[in-house]
Amino acid sequence: MRNNNEAQEQTYSIWQKLHIDLVLLLGILSLMALGLFIVYSAGGQDIDIVYRQAIRLGVALVVMVAVAQIPPLSYKKWAVPVFVIGILLLVSVLLFGHVGKGAQRWLDLGFMKFQPSEIMKLIVPIMIAWFISQESLPVKKTTMFFAFILVLMPTLLIAKQPDLGTSLLIASSGIFVIFLAGASWKLIGVCVGLGSAFAPILWMFLMKDYQRQRVMTFLNPEQDPLGSGYHIIQSKIAIGSGGVTGKGWLQGTQSQLEFLPERHTDFIFAVFSEEFGLVGVGILLAVYLLIVMRGLWIATHAQDAFTKLLAGSITLTFFVYVFVNIGMVSGLLPVVGVPLPLVSFGGTSMVTLLAGFGMLMAISTHRRFHV
Amino acid sequence: MAKRRITMRNHSAEANLFARRTFIIFMGVLILILILFNNIYSLQVNSFEKYQTRSNSNRIKLLPVAPNRGLIYDRNGVILADNKPVYSLAVIPEQTENLQESIDEISTLLNISDDRKKSFFKSVKRKRRFKQIELHPRLSEQQVALFSVNQHKFPGVFVDARLKRYYPFGKLTTHNLGYVARINRKDANQLEIDGKSENYAATHGIGKLGIEKYYEDILHGTIGHQEVEVNSRGRVIRTLDYKPPTPGKDLTLTLDIELQMIAKRALAGKRGAVVAMDPRTGDILAMYSNPSYDGNLFVHGISTKDWNKIRNSKDLPLINRSVQGYPPASTVKPFLALTGLEEGIITPETRVWDPGWYQLKGLPNKYRDWKKWGHGWVDLNKAIEQSCNIYFFDLAFKLGITKISTMMERFGFGDYTGIDIHEESSGIMPSVEWKRARYNKAWYTGETLSVGIGQSYWTVTPLQLTQALTTLVNRGKRRVPHLLKSTKERSRDSDIEEEVIYEEQAPLVLKNDKHWDLILNAMHRTVQEISATAHAPFKGAKYDAAGKTGSAQVARIKQDEKYDAEKTKENQRDNAMFIAFAPYNAPEIVVSVAIENVSKGGGGTNAGPVARQIMDQYFGNREIASSYGSSTIDTDDVAHHHTHSPLQHNLSTSHAE
Repeated sequence: MRNNNEAQEQTYSIWQKLHIDLVLLLGILSLMALGLFIVYSAGGQDIDIVYRQAIRLGVALVVMVAVAQIPPLSYKKWAVPVFVIGILLLVSVLLFGHVGKGAQRWLDLGFMKFQPSEIMKLIVPIMIAWFISQESLPVKKTTMFFAFILVLMPTLLIAKQPDLGTSLLIASSGIFVIFLAGASWKLIGVCVGLGSAFAPILWMFLMKDYQRQRVMTFLNPEQDPLGSGYHIIQSKIAIGSGGVTGKGWLQGTQSQLEFLPERHTDFIFAVFSEEFGLVGVGILLAVYLLIVMRGLWIATHAQDAFTKLLAGSITLTFFVYVFVNIGMVSGLLPVVGVPLPLVSFGGTSMVTLLAGFGMLMAISTHRRFHV
Repeated sequence: MAKRRITMRNHSAEANLFARRTFIIFMGVLILILILFNNIYSLQVNSFEKYQTRSNSNRIKLLPVAPNRGLIYDRNGVILADNKPVYSLAVIPEQTENLQESIDEISTLLNISDDRKKSFFKSVKRKRRFKQIELHPRLSEQQVALFSVNQHKFPGVFVDARLKRYYPFGKLTTHNLGYVARINRKDANQLEIDGKSENYAATHGIGKLGIEKYYEDILHGTIGHQEVEVNSRGRVIRTLDYKPPTPGKDLTLTLDIELQMIAKRALAGKRGAVVAMDPRTGDILAMYSNPSYDGNLFVHGISTKDWNKIRNSKDLPLINRSVQGYPPASTVKPFLALTGLEEGIITPETRVWDPGWYQLKGLPNKYRDWKKWGHGWVDLNKAIEQSCNIYFFDLAFKLGITKISTMMERFGFGDYTGIDIHEESSGIMPSVEWKRARYNKAWYTGETLSVGIGQSYWTVTPLQLTQALTTLVNRGKRRVPHLLKSTKERSRDSDIEEEVIYEEQAPLVLKNDKHWDLILNAMHRTVQEISATAHAPFKGAKYDAAGKTGSAQVARIKQDEKYDAEKTKENQRDNAMFIAFAPYNAPEIVVSVAIENVSKGGGGTNAGPVARQIMDQYFGNREIASSYGSSTIDTDDVAHHHTHSPLQHNLSTSHAE
């Protein structure tokens, strides 16, 4: 790589100086543009909602570019103190948090409301990647054990809020780091075994009634078609009735006539599938796959273990978003409040997501300027 | 320390490990994406039709559209039941600028009561804001005009028109037509049972009585549908398709409304009924029961005040007297005489001595004639002309109840005539079996004598009398009385008119056809002979009429007591009966009349003139009619008397004229 010819150096140099990864940027921008069109359709053809989303996207893009300017190795210095602060914030959320939608997620700072679980999505992979990369890979058993503890702390604190979607994403972001760090297959097997043994305990003691209800609904949505099963049934009707080519933009009856709930947020994929059909779904999945591939490419080409693990974890967590959201909307997974990344209407998660992409870009573009 | 460890690392081994792990996880990602795609594929391709259907059933709703009810005409095309638009004031709250202000202003403008406003705001709270809510159910023409001028000031408020039944002749036709009123729970249950609920989804009213009820299925029509797209809250977004309803068929009745009017005028101030029929067809030309009530009151839902007035009226206007049983009295004597001839008990020459009374051997009871000193020797003609009771006591005694009731049943007494309204009563034709079944008692010979003069348990409806007389004048050919003449289907291009064909009934065949002529001749003489009982009412008629009077006793008269109308309570006075037909040679019209509790005289003086006026109208010589006692003015209600049920009957001696 260092021996690239001069011409190539120069063509990349503009973007490299800006610390922008062009492939990622194109992928992100095309999803965002698509998102604006679907938000317009799903939001009752209200242009105001599109403006609001566009402003959020703009802010998020600025954050992404800003994060991309920070050299990735400097994260290491901040990993431990920021993680500790994050955990304290999560505890204070549980103690003094603002209740919204039946869950404590927000800290009211007076001038703004702040959701600590969001920044934990970035802090946890940094912390685990830093912790594991202290030693050479593959990761040792004791390190792995402590890494698990580190993952479990924020996961449980967030699950307690309760915010199952976020805690799931945070847990997977940490576990991806451990897996990529070369955890032995034997141990993975033991963990999977323990995990399945833990599932009934989770069901019995840790899950709230509404969460159990979601799982039951997922297993049989037609049981209560107008109550708990309504979301998923209407969503499947929307997707299924789209057919191969879809009903056309702004023509989806399930969304336009408001049979589909949460149209412009969590269930936006159903709107998209109804209006653009299987063809649209194929293209959308291809764009997501492209972004994931680029993220993994950046990870394998990263300079050191820390950045490799971090880049891999950020990329895979992004994919978990996609998989959980589409899986839930199409009836493959129980309903968990996870938005469709870069497309769903909504603020906080978008900023964290793009900050993550900023880190990926930093890892991708800063590598030749240090060591 | 950290730096030293890093330098000790095998970077390429780490990179290899990481690359392997990344590859594995990338394969995992690919598999998961394929799983997602496969799942969407099965939804959008394999189950496409299922979900398309479910999507459509979500958004497409069928709104029922009520068909227009068929109209009803008389035989000459005069409209008897019409559909008239009724205007209501409706509001869609969502479309108003300021609901409270608008409603207040309109209420002042149209003088709408606070009660209506209150109930309006109550339903505003219950209903969705885009649904229309009624503010006033029935605007006057003036209110409609006043609102129309000011409509621009009130967005979201509008006049809604709906067709409601209207009977232009009011009381005159109620007993025949019945009326249409709101579908109540009982009606709804019946519709459900009959599987007609779907067809009535948008219909508000249903036929409750008479023709409106009997021909409900023909009049109603078939429901139409508006296919609309709705959103998840049920708001109509647009109309996708419209299948218009098929209106109900129009009915043309056999009634002649002018004849009906004459009947009403002739019965003014009396309780009673008239039935006029064409014996050639069974067409009912007039059928009127007095007093009557206005069916229009029920169309909009009758007020408690009006309902109580009708229900509590001592004249029982709700009863259709033309199909309720009365003691037939002497009007059935021709039929009894025919039975005597047929059974060979009498010949036209058979004579009976009438001393003024009749006594069964060994019994003390004396059965009296209406003429105290008797008629002397009486033969068939004289017995009918003079309505001689003694002759018929003797005849009945010799026939016995079984032969009488068997023959009378052949004329249709004691059975439904089959007229096309449901309110008909069957009357009572007493017999040994009947009495056994009804009272579990043996039949007494004395009762046979009473039956001989149309009393005892025997009741007939004016309609039955008309039907029996039709059979008589037709010499055995029987007709089903009916009100429906033809139906008309209104279609876009042309109207399809269909005459109703009534099946002929098995005729009444006599052993000797001459017997018909003997009886008809006797009835002819009853009108034409100057001294006969039915002569006076038809004096000077320009057509050749025949008939028979009757005077039914309502109260029991004690042995040797003399009946005096003026001393008898109003509700125990005699009923006047009359039957007639004309022209004698080729009858075109048969009429029967029943009048309750007449103050003076019998069938000839009270009921006869009513039959006369009907026939005068029918044969078109009104000048004569006006000279003949039709001075009674068209007053609707009978003066306040007590009354008894028209079904009431008493057995004892009769005093026919």
